[in-house]
Amino acid sequence: MKRITAPLQEKALRSLKAGDEVLLSGTIFTARDQAHKRLTQSLARRSKLPVALAGQVVYYCGPTGTPEHTVIGSCGPTTSRRMDAFTPALLAAGLKGMIGKGNRSPQTIAAIKKHKAVYFLAYAGCGALLAQFIRSALPVAYPDLGPEAIVRLQVRDLPLIVGIDCRGKSVYPVI
Amino acid sequence: MSTITAARISEAISELCLQAHWHLRRDVARCLKKALRRETNARARRLLQAIIDNAATAQRRKLAICQDTGLPAVFVELGQQARIRGDLNRAIQAGIRAGYTKGSFRHSIVKDPLLRGEPGVLPAVIHIDIVPGSRVKLTVLPKGFGCENKTQLKMFLPTASLQEIEAFIVDTVRAAGPDACPPYVIGVGLGGTAEAACLMAKKALLKDIAAPDKKLAGHLSALSGRLEKKIDALKIGPMGLGGRTTALAVRIEAGPTHIAGLPVAVSVSCHALRSATKTLV
Ligand code: SF4
Repeated sequence: MKRITAPLQEKALRSLKAGDEVLLSGTIFTARDQAHKRLTQSLARRSKLPVALAGQVVYYCGPTGTPEHTVIGSCGPTTSRRMDAFTPALLAAGLKGMIGKGNRSPQTIAAIKKHKAVYFLAYAGCGALLAQFIRSALPVAYPDLGPEAIVRLQVRDLPLIVGIDCRGKSVYPVI
Repeated sequence: MSTITAARISEAISELCLQAHWHLRRDVARCLKKALRRETNARARRLLQAIIDNAATAQRRKLAICQDTGLPAVFVELGQQARIRGDLNRAIQAGIRAGYTKGSFRHSIVKDPLLRGEPGVLPAVIHIDIVPGSRVKLTVLPKGFGCENKTQLKMFLPTASLQEIEAFIVDTVRAAGPDACPPYVIGVGLGGTAEAACLMAKKALLKDIAAPDKKLAGHLSALSGRLEKKIDALKIGPMGLGGRTTALAVRIEAGPTHIAGLPVAVSVSCHALRSATKTLV
């Protein structure tokens, strides 16, 4: 299995093909519905983002609370489609990778192709298992959003499948 | 006459939350293992194995099977001879709070659907049925919203054909596609009123999905068998990446309805179908 690191290197990103199974290590940021809404609002207002997006990977995930003696609770992917309305703006701002579950809209696929980004699938409904690949979790923005806050995660060998590659090719049949 | 205190109810509900989130239902685990045995696609096998491993990790480490710990639905079968000392509704909500706090489960519930606001763990949705006897049967079904969002209700004409009804149910699963953590368990509610059909569809998910539903009428059992085959033929498979099993099971609840209608509700559950039940006497 291919090993890659985040933030993503351009060359590694371009070598990924839809359907490839990879192990990701490095730094990623959780962000889901409300965080996406706020980030795009900040972009529209041209105000500073709490996280610089250039080259980064976001994980569509709202973990449970953190039980004692653990780094993070259950932390699987959430449905990516709900982020579709915001994704083109984030990609235009430099975001390079997304991790979630399920299919994306045609507009999102086009934006992934245009900005040469990549969309990964994480094992859906396997939040307890995926927690074992997280080495640290540090909240960085929007604490008032509870589980929807942005958290910086250090991951090690997180198993992912390339859902949509930088050429816009999808692992799912075209709908 | 038996008396059941509010404190006992809270305690039971709290335990049921932990049980539902930490221990995958045995019938669901059996269906996943069966799906793995019949799977030939290598990637689908790996994904099914990951789902099975996830349940083992959750149990061992006391982590929620899925981070979406849902908006819990609590079903109460309240024996009409039972006496509750204290406030039943409050006891249930207190139990949910205690269980969700103890398990560090997710704060996923916002107080206002439009204003949203900071999420918390309450309130659960409570359904109470009055039944004969003096027992109180409590069931916690914490369904995540990835799959809850795929629920469909259609008010068919009473003259609708079985083919049309089957097509609607299969199309509901097709529309869910890879998004709601397949392989799925499909609950179908037939008849009643609009809201009764939705409730029946959800209650169907509480049935044993590994054993044949012996109480179901013959024509409905045949229908569920046909639906399982048709849904598997969609080849959505684990994570929507193809495979032999798309429906771990289809379960049906049916009830009387009006001469002018035929409500059909479909409740889609992800593979992480979680629930737990306890009876107090
Ligand atoms: S659909 Fe089910 S398994 Fe998937 S994220 Fe939601 S609750 Fe978890």
